[in-house]
Amino acid sequence: MYRYDSYDQAMVDARVAEFRDQARRRLEGKLTEDQFKPLRLMNGLYLQLHAYMLRVAIPYGTLDARQMEMLADIADKYDRGYGHFTTRQNIQYNWIKLEDCADALADLATVEMHAIQTSGNCIRNISSDHFAGAAADEVVDPRPYAELMRQWSSFHPEFTYLPRKFKIAVIASEKDRAAMRLHDIGVRIVKNDAGEVGAQFYAGGGMGRTPMIAPLIRDFVPIDQFITYAEACLRVYNRYGRRDNKYKARIKILVHELGAGEYIRQVEEEFAHLLSVGVEPPTAELERIKAHFELPEPLRLPGQGAGTPLPSGGAAESGAPGQARGGAFDQWVKRNTHPHRHPEYVSAVISLKPAGGIPGDATSDQMRVVARLAREYSFDELRVMHTQNLLLPHVAITDLPAVYAALDEAGLGAANMDTIEDIIACPGLDYCSLANARSIPLAQRISERFAQTGRTSQVGELKLKISGCINACGHHHAGHIGILGVDKKGVENYQLSLGGSEAEDVALAKITGPGFDEDGVIAAVEKVTDVYLASRTAGERFLDTYRRIGMEPFKEALYG
Amino acid sequence: MKILTGNDLRTGAVTWWDGSSWSLHVNDAVDVGEDAEEILAREVAARRVNVPYAIAATRTIDGVRPAHIKDRIRALGPTVRPDLTLKPQDPQAIDWVI
Repeated sequence: MYRYDSYDQAMVDARVAEFRDQARRRLEGKLTEDQFKPLRLMNGLYLQLHAYMLRVAIPYGTLDARQMEMLADIADKYDRGYGHFTTRQNIQYNWIKLEDCADALADLATVEMHAIQTSGNCIRNISSDHFAGAAADEVVDPRPYAELMRQWSSFHPEFTYLPRKFKIAVIASEKDRAAMRLHDIGVRIVKNDAGEVGAQFYAGGGMGRTPMIAPLIRDFVPIDQFITYAEACLRVYNRYGRRDNKYKARIKILVHELGAGEYIRQVEEEFAHLLSVGVEPPTAELERIKAHFELPEPLRLPGQGAGTPLPSGGAAESGAPGQARGGAFDQWVKRNTHPHRHPEYVSAVISLKPAGGIPGDATSDQMRVVARLAREYSFDELRVMHTQNLLLPHVAITDLPAVYAALDEAGLGAANMDTIEDIIACPGLDYCSLANARSIPLAQRISERFAQTGRTSQVGELKLKISGCINACGHHHAGHIGILGVDKKGVENYQLSLGGSEAEDVALAKITGPGFDEDGVIAAVEKVTDVYLASRTAGERFLDTYRRIGMEPFKEALYG
Repeated sequence: MKILTGNDLRTGAVTWWDGSSWSLHVNDAVDVGEDAEEILAREVAARRVNVPYAIAATRTIDGVRPAHIKDRIRALGPTVRPDLTLKPQDPQAIDWVI
């Protein structure tokens, strides 16, 4: 994985020193909150319902054991012994004190981490496929390209004050495991017919109060021009994106109002201009970055290094043949492992969704267990998934029993990836100052009920996502079942929606009808799954059945 | 009644105006009546609290109860982590929020 060079480290260290001075001046009363707020936000420090909240960047969700251990230490030293992993592959601490924040950032800097650009109207943490570098189906490892974008976008002088925040995802497979088309810019690294690597660009997607799916704006940008093209996309947005109304300031509104054709025309014009200026980083820089992502020697197949396409298939999709078997272990292998590019390895998902638990939360002790497992069994690599789970990307199939035993002992052995228990939920009204309703209690009750009744495996793949307000941090628009919490005259109320997807079959969910109270929406989820189970044909997922039979049978069950 | 709330500058903890200072306990909150704007302006100028604001509340037999659920959650703590609320020994305290 990428290691800081002296420039990276100097930048982060300087930023810590700068923030320490800003925080000191605020605490001494020399800065007002209005003056300080934009400064703290640039360093990921929010003021939430109960306390300050610090959001730490985990670039494209990749980190090592040393970094995970530091995250655990920060949870113990400066917070309350836990952290919350987010849908942008970051981690948030909910109880940070302003007087401690600079020390926490200084500790992070010692392990090449920071909280820069995790808030504010700038380019946020670049997200990626959590299986990047391990997936059998990727064209190349997308992370070197994401890292190049991270470097380009960090402290970019022109894009520090954009009309609104800006989110980018980079993937490199047909399967979309990063909600790529629901980003401001989505990039898919591809190969053309000549075998040349390039980038496919999508622009103007997003969730929030006006959800939109990003249209394709360029089928192939040569890889040695892809930062230039991204710069052109941002320049047009920075120039014409609305600044008079924050609710209409995201790029999706600009692309929608201009029309994709006109936006593309302007981007191409800017692109041509920028090509003549020469803003692309030297190819040598991309090669330097790529070297950091070389696969560990045991994972390399003959003639294949980092960035070299590997044949798909061959991974142990059905689990760990020849290993000691048990019901729970078998179930975990079946549910939580994913084919690896090397046939003797898998990627193992660590669920942060125990039945009745808080989605995305991990204690400091659990983080340390995960760090140890990464060091011992996954070549010192870990991933944070946008589904609020963790991942050991490279686990030898023969090691799976030991890994599972350790996870299970730490309360991390839930076998529920992509099931109705694997719920994405925003912090909601329990923590967030923007929320209108609580999200977490719904997730807890739904996962508990399905686990208790044993219906989880019967229902199979079903992605349920819950947001506590219209900002959609819980991705409810992209849920096979989505739930949106609203404030109805001071009382929590929940709108149900069906049919969304963040994957390659991307779709926005449609609202079923009038909302429900907390008990009502939980019953409604059960009714919806009843309709699915009664209507499905062989092999159909919930989403497939919904698409085949439409909304009416579900509405009839809910409101008829 | 009208009460004032904000967050402590140093720690971010939720605080309530008790008539002379800022308390961690909502039951210490006093009715500020028509004086809300004046107190808020003074306290912001003194930089003793972060982003304070006035909210509606009622005085009940059990104490001061903010009108909106968001402020009741602020007053107690996250409903999903009773151990992190101001009443960690009393899991039933969550019922007060809802």
